[in-house]
Amino acid sequence: MSNSQTTTTDHPALVHQFDDMVQQKEASTFGMWVFLLTEIMMFGGLFAAYLIYRLKYYDAFVAGSSSIDVTWGFINTLVLIGSSLTMALAVSAAQRGVRRQQQVFLVLTMVLGTVFLGVKAIEYKQKYDEHHIPGGFFQTFAPTDIAHDLVEKEGKTPEAASQIAERTQIFFCFYFAMTGLHALHMIMGLVLMTWLLVRAGHGEFGPQYYTPVELGGLYWHFVDIVWIYLFPLLYLINRTHGK
Amino acid sequence: MSSTTQPVTHVMPARHYLNDNYGIRSWLLTKDHKRIAILYLFSITFFFFIGGIFASLIRLHLLTPGGELFQADTYNKLFTMHGVNMIFFFLIPSVPAVLGNFILPIMLGAKDLAFPKINLLSWYIFMGGATFALIAMVSGGVDTGWTFYTPLSSGYVKTNVITMAVGILFAGFSSIFTGLNFIVTTHRMRAPGLTWGRLPLMVWANYAASLIMILGTPVLAITLILLALERGFHIGIFDPKLGGDPVLFQHMFWFYSHPAVYIMILPGMGVISEIVTCFSRKRVFGYSFIAFSSIAIAVFGFVVWAHHMFVAGISVYSAMVFSLLSYAVAIPSAVKVFNWTATMYKGSVSLDTPMLYALGFIGLFTVGGLTGLFLAALGLDVHIHDTYFVIAHFHYVMVGGMVMAYLGGLHFWWPKITGKLYPEAAAKLAALITFIGFNLTFFPQFILGYMGMPRRYATYAPEFQVLNVFSTAGASILAVGFILPAIYFVWSLKYGEVAGPNPWGATGLEWQTSSPPPTHNFYQTPVVTEEPYYYGTEEEVRVVQ
Repeated sequence: MSNSQTTTTDHPALVHQFDDMVQQKEASTFGMWVFLLTEIMMFGGLFAAYLIYRLKYYDAFVAGSSSIDVTWGFINTLVLIGSSLTMALAVSAAQRGVRRQQQVFLVLTMVLGTVFLGVKAIEYKQKYDEHHIPGGFFQTFAPTDIAHDLVEKEGKTPEAASQIAERTQIFFCFYFAMTGLHALHMIMGLVLMTWLLVRAGHGEFGPQYYTPVELGGLYWHFVDIVWIYLFPLLYLINRTHGK
Repeated sequence: MSSTTQPVTHVMPARHYLNDNYGIRSWLLTKDHKRIAILYLFSITFFFFIGGIFASLIRLHLLTPGGELFQADTYNKLFTMHGVNMIFFFLIPSVPAVLGNFILPIMLGAKDLAFPKINLLSWYIFMGGATFALIAMVSGGVDTGWTFYTPLSSGYVKTNVITMAVGILFAGFSSIFTGLNFIVTTHRMRAPGLTWGRLPLMVWANYAASLIMILGTPVLAITLILLALERGFHIGIFDPKLGGDPVLFQHMFWFYSHPAVYIMILPGMGVISEIVTCFSRKRVFGYSFIAFSSIAIAVFGFVVWAHHMFVAGISVYSAMVFSLLSYAVAIPSAVKVFNWTATMYKGSVSLDTPMLYALGFIGLFTVGGLTGLFLAALGLDVHIHDTYFVIAHFHYVMVGGMVMAYLGGLHFWWPKITGKLYPEAAAKLAALITFIGFNLTFFPQFILGYMGMPRRYATYAPEFQVLNVFSTAGASILAVGFILPAIYFVWSLKYGEVAGPNPWGATGLEWQTSSPPPTHNFYQTPVVTEEPYYYGTEEEVRVVQ
């Protein structure tokens, strides 16, 4: 436990259960890391299931992955890395207590996050048009183009090609489950950013108290890092194969 | 008890957390961990009795071999909803969210948990989940068994699996938040002088359970999400028809649900450690062994899940490893039992109600634990898998162990929570009735299972009837044992004797503040200077007696 009893015991942001701002900051930061640990376990379950099916149906995973437009994924990766930069700058602005910069960088982060979700929506629309949405709910899953490509480019027999193409369904299950869960986290991140923006507008953050911005940043970077794993796992499986 | 030698009349403190403010808003918007604990107490008591009604109906149905009371479909729904209710809406939140929530911050000398708003949020999420579960129950129920095995649950049954899965998902998030709060509070908010080596064992046990909550529950969440996606959108993650692997569902489900039984039992073990030392008037035997055995159980608990799947077609090598690791869990569990027993040895044991429940726990948990080793044995498991032997084993640990610990803890801290003493004679009677009823209900089920009566069947062979009648008779006695405390606890609120700050003469920070405690627990931050459970030297204790 910290003994620093300086000016931090009467800050307006100090809540009653803590003795001073140092203890409050330590507890909040620790809490955020524990929360991120739970997030790692949640995505971890999905990654483990992905791994098992990727080993089991490797050909189908390659075929499914190759059918995705890598350009959009690449653009989105850049957008997210950019948003991590603006987020880090927002934290730095909060530390220095510059209200204008906090607002600008938070808004930029939100804009980049929205761009990411927009691109994701375009990609989902493409999947819909190509009949690559698994299950019988939206429209029948019909990966004829994937089967066609397998015959044309890989020299598979039509029977083998259609069998592999049918199995890409499980790849697309994971594609939608993983990117969908990630997109949900992006939306929660945007809500978090809005809340921070309002509080920044009230001038609540400064050198004495910037923990919420810092922890919001931790969350945002975490969601970014998840994408850094998702991008190669979903878009880049053996891309050079057969070229 | 030392306080009986010189009768003192206590008076209720003028201000405490219950009369600090009034009105429905002061409860529904409270951030006080003690009031949130009370909210949880009401919620889970409700679910305990709902689950109990399902259990009674199951036992009534099994009175006759032909099962004339319900259709087989209805019977499937009854045991599913009994399981879901009791596990996700009673056992998992029982000790942590009620007793832990109330007592853990006070034991640490803190004013509240680290994140009071998240604590309140966890109750609302729990109630949200409970609402979904209740909707699923009243709109036809669920009949998959509480394990939701695919592809039965994802494709074949017609009941409200998704609604129930969402309910459990919510309940899971609420337990994640409780665990997160406990971990941060234990790390960052201990009173001056309260080192890790001086923490009450209740805190260690809840800390270990919290580790499982934050590491295991997210995996359950993603498993249920995948199950709901598969069922809702007809995709094939677990459905073998579409290339999925149903055994993967079992792996992911048990990765959480096996450690989850340690979420249920570990806090109960913490309660027992507190009670046994207090009523033996002796420092706990092997403090660090009990503390670290909790952590060891949490760690081992994560690597034994496939012992639920020995007959599901997993490879024989992995089955051997999981069998061996399952045996390993017996070591830290036995460490606890031996240390509790050694604590009582040469202690001044007094048989007050909490101690009766603790003694019941030690005996019944030992039976439950040892029969767990039968089930961990690869060869024997093939014979008794999915029989009433499993049911009996699980209920010996969960009812004989966990519910006993919960009731013991509730009696132990009732004076602290309400400021009133419960009627001792009635409570001892209830503890006795519970113990007798429990054994009469579940011991015959060991024999039934060993003889080959399968679980989850609405009918059974006529030669099993005698033992089933015993079991049903026991269940009705057990019900009396559970209803009695509900009655005299309520009675004690009005007519109970005023308890005073420390009716048991126990150590620990929670007994140094008034009963009921003030809203911020302590008027001055306490400083800890003593070892835990310091009841004086043996001579000193004897003089007091």
